[in-house]
Amino acid sequence: MTGPILDIRGLRKSFGHVEVLRGIDLAVKPQELVFIIGPSGSGKSTLLRCCNRLEEPNAGTILVDGVDLMDRRTNINAMRRHIGMVFQSFNLYPHLSALSNVSLALRKVVKKSRAEAEALALTALERVGLREKAKSYPSELSGGQQQRVAIARALALEPTIMLFDEPTSALDPELVGSVLGVMRELKQDGMTMLVVSHEMRFARDAADRVIFMDHGLIVEEAPPSQIFTSPREPRTRTFIAELTR
Amino acid sequence: MDTWSRFLDTFFKPELIRQYLPSIAAGTVTTIEIAFAIVVTGILLGLVLAVLRTFRILPVNMMLVACVDIMRALPPIVLVLLVYFGLPNIGINVPSFAVLWIVLSLVLAAFAEEILWAGILSVPKGQWESARSTGFGLFSTLIYIVLPQAVRLTVPPLTNRTLAITKNTALGTVIGVPEILNQATTGQSFSGNATPLMMGAIAYVILFIPVVALGRFLETRFRWSRA
Repeated sequence: MTGPILDIRGLRKSFGHVEVLRGIDLAVKPQELVFIIGPSGSGKSTLLRCCNRLEEPNAGTILVDGVDLMDRRTNINAMRRHIGMVFQSFNLYPHLSALSNVSLALRKVVKKSRAEAEALALTALERVGLREKAKSYPSELSGGQQQRVAIARALALEPTIMLFDEPTSALDPELVGSVLGVMRELKQDGMTMLVVSHEMRFARDAADRVIFMDHGLIVEEAPPSQIFTSPREPRTRTFIAELTR
Repeated sequence: MDTWSRFLDTFFKPELIRQYLPSIAAGTVTTIEIAFAIVVTGILLGLVLAVLRTFRILPVNMMLVACVDIMRALPPIVLVLLVYFGLPNIGINVPSFAVLWIVLSLVLAAFAEEILWAGILSVPKGQWESARSTGFGLFSTLIYIVLPQAVRLTVPPLTNRTLAITKNTALGTVIGVPEILNQATTGQSFSGNATPLMMGAIAYVILFIPVVALGRFLETRFRWSRA
């Protein structure tokens, strides 16, 4: 029995006087895909962004692979490499080709040679089905392709967990499928994933566990089959009824 | 003598052109040397200051902004005169060439810092976040991700400002730097004719038109369509 990859305890975060996270406990096991749903303003994106300290939590502990992210002695830059993050707005570097977008951190952070970094980057692009777009610049790619390059960029660093912050929300409906397809393959390859998304159908057939958040707290967590058909909490029921209406 | 030949005699007198060509040419070389030195040190210093500012250390930034604002507020000629005529009184003698170089470098650095800082701020927050999330530190994010984008955005205003400030090398005249305008006014006083001044004007045009063209080229070269 191995410990959780991500272990969050008593996490609190405030923006000014507003407490967005009011004590979150969450553990993600190896190879698990945990899905976070909830109304906007419930704190789900903030929770995700605390997991690599893009947001600085006010209290609580975050263990990634047993390493305490909140410990002063922890090298956060070294840890972030192992925590892949995919953003709603892709955030590809517009001045670099897809290949350089993926290989930059390998070269400058991991300090691999250009040849080695580019070989690994090509492998990562291959995994998201975009090897032939290696030379293209972000402006020459569709939204779905950009997001897949962004996934490859995180993937190339061989993360132990990947965080997805509404990865398909900025995409045209016809492009969503390709991104979800890549995520599904990652799941099959055994990647540990924490996903904030509104793609309920994807949650239903790929997630191991679904977490419903509201007002900075975890209201309910259950396997997708249960949470979508017979939610226990009234608030969950209302939210799911709204979504599936 | 009709108006046309009087005009030619005033601005384009052949024997004066021949006589003053060597000194105007020498002045042009001097102007190029100072201008080049100003562009290099001014922009580099501006870049260093802009980078320093991104670390957001409050006392440092307060001082930086105060200095930059003073440099931008003062007419360069005031600084040139202040330094050139003031410093010798406290025993520091700086050659006129160096005074012009240092003062205009500081002025250019102040403007370049502001322009580059604006460029850095205009790079979306998501660029920082995605770089940081792949393990880049603050400084390397700046070097590899933010500055390359910021510099592209700032090429047009930076070129304009650089041009405006290097033209101020003409201020060297008031402290005796033998640059174009100095040579031209000297020629004008000796000959009592405007031809040397016209030659100086032509030298400036020949010197700066290519820079304007280069700015235009860089502007198109560095543009890329954003997704």
